[in-house]
Formats: sequence, structure tokens, C-alpha cells
Amino acid sequence: MAADPSPLPSTPDRPAEAPSAPVPDRVHRHRLSTRLWHWTSVLCVYVLFTSGLGIFNAHPRLYWGHYGANADHAWLERAPFGSLWTLPAHYDLALSRRWHLAFALILAFALLAYLLWSLFNRHIARDLAFRRSDLRPAAIWREIKDHARLRFPGGAAALRYNVLQKASYIGVIFILLPLLIFTGLTMSPGMDAAWPWLVDLFGGRQSARSIHFLCAWALVLFMAVHLLMVLLAGPLNLLGAMLSGWYRVPRERASAPDPRP
Amino acid sequence: MSGIFTRRMLLTGMTAGAASLLAGCDTLARNAEFRKALFSAENMHKWLQRALQNRTALAREYRPEDRSPTFRGNGTLNPNTAEYKALWRENFTNWRFKIDGLVERPLSLGLAQLHTMPNRIQTTRHDCVEGWSAIGTWRGVPLALLLEAARISTRARYIVFHCMDDMGGGNAYYESIDMVDALHPQTILAFALNDKPLSVRNGAPLRLRVERHLGYKHAKYIHHVEVVADLRGVRGGKGGFWEDVAGYEWYAGI
Repeated sequence: MAADPSPLPSTPDRPAEAPSAPVPDRVHRHRLSTRLWHWTSVLCVYVLFTSGLGIFNAHPRLYWGHYGANADHAWLERAPFGSLWTLPAHYDLALSRRWHLAFALILAFALLAYLLWSLFNRHIARDLAFRRSDLRPAAIWREIKDHARLRFPGGAAALRYNVLQKASYIGVIFILLPLLIFTGLTMSPGMDAAWPWLVDLFGGRQSARSIHFLCAWALVLFMAVHLLMVLLAGPLNLLGAMLSGWYRVPRERASAPDPRP
Repeated sequence: MSGIFTRRMLLTGMTAGAASLLAGCDTLARNAEFRKALFSAENMHKWLQRALQNRTALAREYRPEDRSPTFRGNGTLNPNTAEYKALWRENFTNWRFKIDGLVERPLSLGLAQLHTMPNRIQTTRHDCVEGWSAIGTWRGVPLALLLEAARISTRARYIVFHCMDDMGGGNAYYESIDMVDALHPQTILAFALNDKPLSVRNGAPLRLRVERHLGYKHAKYIHHVEVVADLRGVRGGKGGFWEDVAGYEWYAGI
């Protein structure tokens, strides 16, 4: 990655040192690597989730352990997902697999590239890593209360990810997506021969399939909350920032603690 | 909530958006060029897996007590043709299968001969493309031994397995593997499952076990093993019944 694209004094790259530092109206908030990753993952997750439900429909039962088929105990058994959910819309396991296996490769290697890029441009260290101040119980509690009241920060505070944002991004990037990728690999008999530890890691191929399914829904839950937050916090500004990188900084609310307008 | 978004608009928009996105993807998947690109992921997976795998890396072998209580049958559960029923009535004593194609010494073998050859017993997990798995103990003759006995040609690239079950319109099931899998120590022609002769639903009298692949590769009801240099001249040209008719991956390690 080339030099920091932002010439501005206060960005997530260089958080404001003092709260009194002037905050410009517009800042370059998202680097190219972050934006590329964001939209690549949106596309991939969309295709992977819908084609994944298409694959699930071939055998809509889930098990724990190494084996599991119709005569065995299933912890989840449900009707197939309808045509509004699956890719392709009609049942076609072969085509669902083609979509899924192609976009799984794109997502996995895009994640790897993004993580390496973000390590080098210090996106992880500067923006995603928790600070000690983030983790004080009082700070976390205040963040939860602010979220519950739908109070969004303005000024310099709007330029940093808050602790709940960080926790959810870290959870998705470092836990959920790797779990999805590795449980996906565990379902592949070729990969199980190449990396025999995969099956042990998840306690069996059928356990891996169950964890894969649960993580997929956890990811969708994250996306639902994420979209809701975007809609509530100013969708056009945030969408524009994720497309161009430029973010209009919301004005700081009056310093009085009274949240009522 | 900002005034321009009502919940109804949001839900309607999301539903319409989801439906049109899916319809868009379905249109894309009908485009020949896009389809080719999408299907090429199979080669990438094959290349990656073969790069990460030792040639002889074994599929996990389980203990007999780890077996599934019931081993599910799938696909054809009974070929049900007059010829097959006649063979079955005689306990397959008059069944023979041949090995021919690019071999110096074509073979025709029955169950009795297979029993006298060196056998391999392996308790492995069968993974269906649909998602389920079953563990069972297979017993059979390593394919490598049979190919060696038939003096396979150096021009051989693929082994094709022709089956006795008619999938409709006179199209028998068939499958194929390349030499990497053909010579793999766990690739056997199995005549027994869980210490009993193969049942009809599991492929009697003989089926392929190619343990690093999904279930549809494990051809059942074998009657002819053909050694070829190229798959393009065989049947639909894609190396297997489901590959030809439904677009499943020929490389089924994924």
C-alpha cells in the first residue's frame, strides 16, 4: 500500500490527539483496501448465503459428530428454504455448488489479501484493535446505552469506531469468517485428506456442517444490525463514504449530557 | 427513524431487491461465458487440493465401533433390470466384470477371483454431495493391483467405471477417475460392507471406493472397467453421469 491517502489532520489513521483539535467537515475515512474488501465481501456473502441455502435444501437436516444421515438423530430438521432465499431460485444442487465453490474462493482469498493489506497499512492496529480506554466497563456500558437510545456520536468521536463496532467487526473478520472458511473446508473430503486436523478441530464433518450453517446465520444477523445502524446513522453519508472514502463529519451534539433535543 | 424510510418501504424494497438480485444471478448463470468462468472454479479447487495433498494422503480411517448404525443407500437402490435380477438370484456367482481399453491383457473376473486376491479393509466416511455422511467398513481389492494385473498402458490417463443401473432412456450410470486416484492405496473395488457381502442398495456385487471424493464418484453395480486416454470420447464427454446431465464437478474432492 502506498502512502496514507489522507492529508487531513484528523482521521482514523491519526486520531485526534486532543478533543479540542478542530475537526474538518469532511474526512477521508475509508482506505481503498477497506472499501474494496467491503464491497467484495458484500457480493460474496450474498452469493454464498443464497447458494448455501440451496445446498442445504439438498439435505435439510443437521447433525453433530462425524456421521449423520436420515436414520440418525438430527438436531435440526426443517422444510427446504423457498425460492426467494436460494440461488438458483429453483432446486439445482449442482448449480448452487458451482456458485458457492467459486465465490468461496473469492471470499477466502479476498479476506487474506485484506488482512495482509490492513496489517501493513495499520488499519487493524489503528482502527480495529481495542484501546485500553475502550474496554473499561463504564465505557462499554455507556456505549450500550447510547446505542439503545440511538444516540450517534458527532465530531471527533464519529471518526473512531466505538467499542461495540470494533467488537462486531473483529468478531466477523477474525472469528466468523475464518470459522465459515475452515468449516467449509472440513466438508470437503479432499481437504480432509490433505489436512486431517480439520475434522478433529470441529469434532467431525457433520459438526462442521452444523457450525457452518450457524455461522452463516450469525453473519446475516450481523449484516441486519449493521444495515439498521447505517439507516439510523445517516445512510447516504455512510454509503458515500464506503464508496468514495469521503465522510461528512456529523456535528458534535451540545456538550450538555441531556440527550433530549 | 428518518422520515423518508418507513418500515413498509424497507421490507418491500428488501424483498423486491432480493428477488431481482436472485433473478439477475439466474440470468447470469445462463450466459455461456459467465458459466464457463463460474465452472472454472472446479479446476482451481482441484489444483489447490492436489497442491496441498500428498499423492497418497489417506482419507481418515475410523474404528469399526465408529460406524453409522445404518448405512444409507442413495441414487439407484436397485437396478431392477431382468439381467440384474437374474444375477442377483444366483448370488452373483455368474456375474463377471471386465477390465479393458488401454491394457495389454484384458481381464474378466468374478467374485471368487476377487476374494482370492489381496484385499484391503478400511472403515471410512462416505460423504454425499447432498450433505449427509455415513461411516462403514469396506472390503475389496485395490484398483492398482487389478490395473497392474491387466498391464495398463503408459498412455492411460483415466479409468472409467460402467455400471448396470439404467438411469433412464438406456443411459447406464458411469463415473471416472484419473491415475492419481486410481493408484491411491485406498481406492478399492469393494465387494463387502460391514463384514457382509454388498447389499443391493449399496451396490452389489461390486462398487468403487475412492475415499477422497464425494459419494457420486463411488460407482455402484460395476460391470465394466475401461482404461482410456481421454474422457471426451466417453459418453457425454464430461466423465460421469451426473457431470453430463446436471453439471456436477468431475473433480469431486470438494
